[in-house]
Amino acid sequence: MSKIVDFNAYPDAQGRFGNYGGSYVAETLMAPLAELTEAYLRLRDDPGFIAELDRDLKHYVGRPSPIYHAERLSRHVGGARILFKREDLNHTGAHKINNTVGQALVAKRMGKPRIIAETGAGQHGVASATVAARLGLKCVVYMGAVDIERQKINVYRMKLLGAEVVPVTSGSKTLKDALNEAMRDWVTNVADTFYIIGTVAGPHPYPLMVRDFNAIVGREARAQMLEEYGRLPDVLTACVGGGSNAIGLFHAFLNDADVRIVGAEAAGLGLATGHHAASLAAGRPGVLHGNRTYVLCDDNGQITETHSISAGLDYPGVGPEHAFLKDVGRAEYVGITDDEAMEAFHLLARQEGILAALESSHAVAQAIKLAREMPKDGIVLCNLSGRGDKDVHTIAAREGVQV
Amino acid sequence: MSRIDRRFAALKATHRTGLIPFVTAGDPSPQHMVALMHALVDAGADLIELGVPFSDPMADGPVIQHASERAIAKGVGLNEVLGWVAAFRQRDTDTPIVLMGYLNPVEIHGYARFALEAVQAGVDGVLLVDCPLEEAAVLKPLRDAGLQQILLAAPTTAPARMAQLCGSAEGFLYYVSFAGITGAAHLSTGDIAVRVADIRARASAPVAVGFGIRDATSAKAIAGFADAVVIGSALVERLAGAMDAEEITARTRTFLAPIRAALDAH
Repeated sequence: MSKIVDFNAYPDAQGRFGNYGGSYVAETLMAPLAELTEAYLRLRDDPGFIAELDRDLKHYVGRPSPIYHAERLSRHVGGARILFKREDLNHTGAHKINNTVGQALVAKRMGKPRIIAETGAGQHGVASATVAARLGLKCVVYMGAVDIERQKINVYRMKLLGAEVVPVTSGSKTLKDALNEAMRDWVTNVADTFYIIGTVAGPHPYPLMVRDFNAIVGREARAQMLEEYGRLPDVLTACVGGGSNAIGLFHAFLNDADVRIVGAEAAGLGLATGHHAASLAAGRPGVLHGNRTYVLCDDNGQITETHSISAGLDYPGVGPEHAFLKDVGRAEYVGITDDEAMEAFHLLARQEGILAALESSHAVAQAIKLAREMPKDGIVLCNLSGRGDKDVHTIAAREGVQV
Repeated sequence: MSRIDRRFAALKATHRTGLIPFVTAGDPSPQHMVALMHALVDAGADLIELGVPFSDPMADGPVIQHASERAIAKGVGLNEVLGWVAAFRQRDTDTPIVLMGYLNPVEIHGYARFALEAVQAGVDGVLLVDCPLEEAAVLKPLRDAGLQQILLAAPTTAPARMAQLCGSAEGFLYYVSFAGITGAAHLSTGDIAVRVADIRARASAPVAVGFGIRDATSAKAIAGFADAVVIGSALVERLAGAMDAEEITARTRTFLAPIRAALDAH
C-alpha cells in the first residue's frame, strides 16, 4: 500500500467508500433512507441501544463465539495453524443473526410493525424471521424461486417461525431478484415497513449499518487473538458473496497494516468458464441495488446470471466497502471453485467434526491454500460463518445420494 | 431553447395538456420499433419516453419488468435504442424523446460516449430512475452535451428537498403520483392535485404526472392540474404480443385516441 488510510473514516456522510457506495435509488426511497440514516446514526451512539444490543448478542445469540484451533486439519495441511472464528455456533447457525438482531432493534425503536427481508441461501431469511418472532413483528421474506427449490429446509424453518415466504419469479429467480422485489415492497409500504437488508450492499446507510452490526465478529476475534495467542493473525480469510461476514471479520483489522486480508469469492465452475459469482475477481465497476460497486454484467450493462454451488454467494454484486478495499489494495479477492469448496467441506468434516455451510467452505478452502504456503508458526484466521446442516440435501444430490 | 422546452411552450400557448406515452424499447418488436414511435406521435403523443431495458428494474412493476426481459432476450441494448431514435429523427425532428431507465447501462456504455451518441441520435433528455440529485455529478458529460436531466419528485419527498428539486428541474419535473412501483393502481387525485399545485407554484419547469394513469378517465382527472400525463404500463400491456406494424399501429391508435380526446376536451 502506497499511503496510510484510516479505514474507520469510511464511509463519508454520503455513504461513499471512495468511488463506491452512495444512494442510487428512486426518489420515493430518498425520504425513508434519510429517516433511517438519521435514526441509525442517533442509535449508534445511544448507550441504551448499545446496552440492549449487547444483552441480546450475549443471551440470545450466544456471543462471544470462540476461536477454535483446528489442530488436526492444520497438521493434515502441513503448514500454518488454521484458526476458525466459530460464527456457525450462533443461534440460527450463522453470522447473519448479528445483523438482524441489530436491525430489528432499530425497527422497534423506529416504531415499524412490519419487516421485510430478501434471502438467498435462506440464512438471512431465517435470522430475520427469528428476530421478528421474538419482537412480535410481522415478517415477509422474498426469496428467488430457484433458491426456494434448493434451500427447502430453510424455507420451512421460516414458515415455522411465522414468516411469509414470497417466491420471486422475475429475472434469474435468485438473490438479486429477491432484493429487487423487497425494494419494490418497501417503496409501496414505506410508512409501516422496515427493510432488513442481509448484506453490506444496498443504498446508504445499509453498507454502514450491516457492517457495524457484523463488526462484532472482528472486534471479538482481535481481542481473543491478543488474549489467547498474544498476537494478531498473519492472515484473515472469509467468503464473499455480498460480503457481510467478511467485512464483519475484516473491519477491526483494517488498520493493522501487517495483517494480510484475503476474501474468497465463488468461482463456481471456474472463472474462465463465465459460470461463477466472483464480482471482485472478474467483474467491473457499475451500479446495482442502490450503490456503485463491482458487478457482473455484459457490455449492455445487463446484470448477468451467476453460478455457485452455494446460494448465499450467488450474487452478481458485492458490498461497496469491499470494492474500495480491493481498489486501494488493502484486501485481495480470489476465486474458489465449487469443487474446491466441496473438497474443503469434506476435509473439515472428517478432520474436525464440523459440517461447514457451503458458503463458509469457500473460506475454509482458501484458508487451507494460504496455510499450506506458510511456516508452521504462522496463523491463518478464517471466518467459519455458518453451519452446513441446511446444505445436506444439496450435497447429497450432488454426490448422487438419496437421503 | 431545447426541443422539450419548445414542446411544453407550445402546449401552454394552446392550453393543451401534454400526452407522454412510455414504451419499452424493443417491445413488442425490435423490427417495428420506429414504426411504433411514429404511431405514438400520430395518435397524439407530445413527447415519447423510451424505456431502456434493464435486467434489474427496481422501480418497475411486473408489466414493464416483463417487457424489459422480452427486449433483453432479443438482444436490445443502448446501441439498438440509439439507432431507433436516429431512424425516427429522419422523419420527425419535432417530437422530443426522453430515454428512461437505470444507471448501469449508461455507466457501462461510458458517460461521455453515451452523451455524444445520444445527442447525435436526437435524444433530448434522460430520466435515470436510480440516479437522484445527490448522485447526479456523474451525469455532467450528459448535461455538457445538452441532454436535459428529468428529475422525479414523489409523495414522500420532504419539503426542503422538494424546493431543491424544483430549483434544479429542467425540461419537466416528473411527479410520481403515489409511493409504489409502475403499473400499480391507487390514484388519489385530491392528494396529487395539492402536491402538483405546490410544485407548479415553485418550479419554473412544467410538471408531468405519472404512475397509475391507465385510461381516459384517470388521464382526464389528472389533466385538470398537470402540464402533462405519462402513461406507461397500461400501454405496454396493450402492445404486448403485437408482432406486425399494422397491429402495433392499430393498438396504439385504439389505446391512445380516447385519452388524447379526453385531454383535449378538458
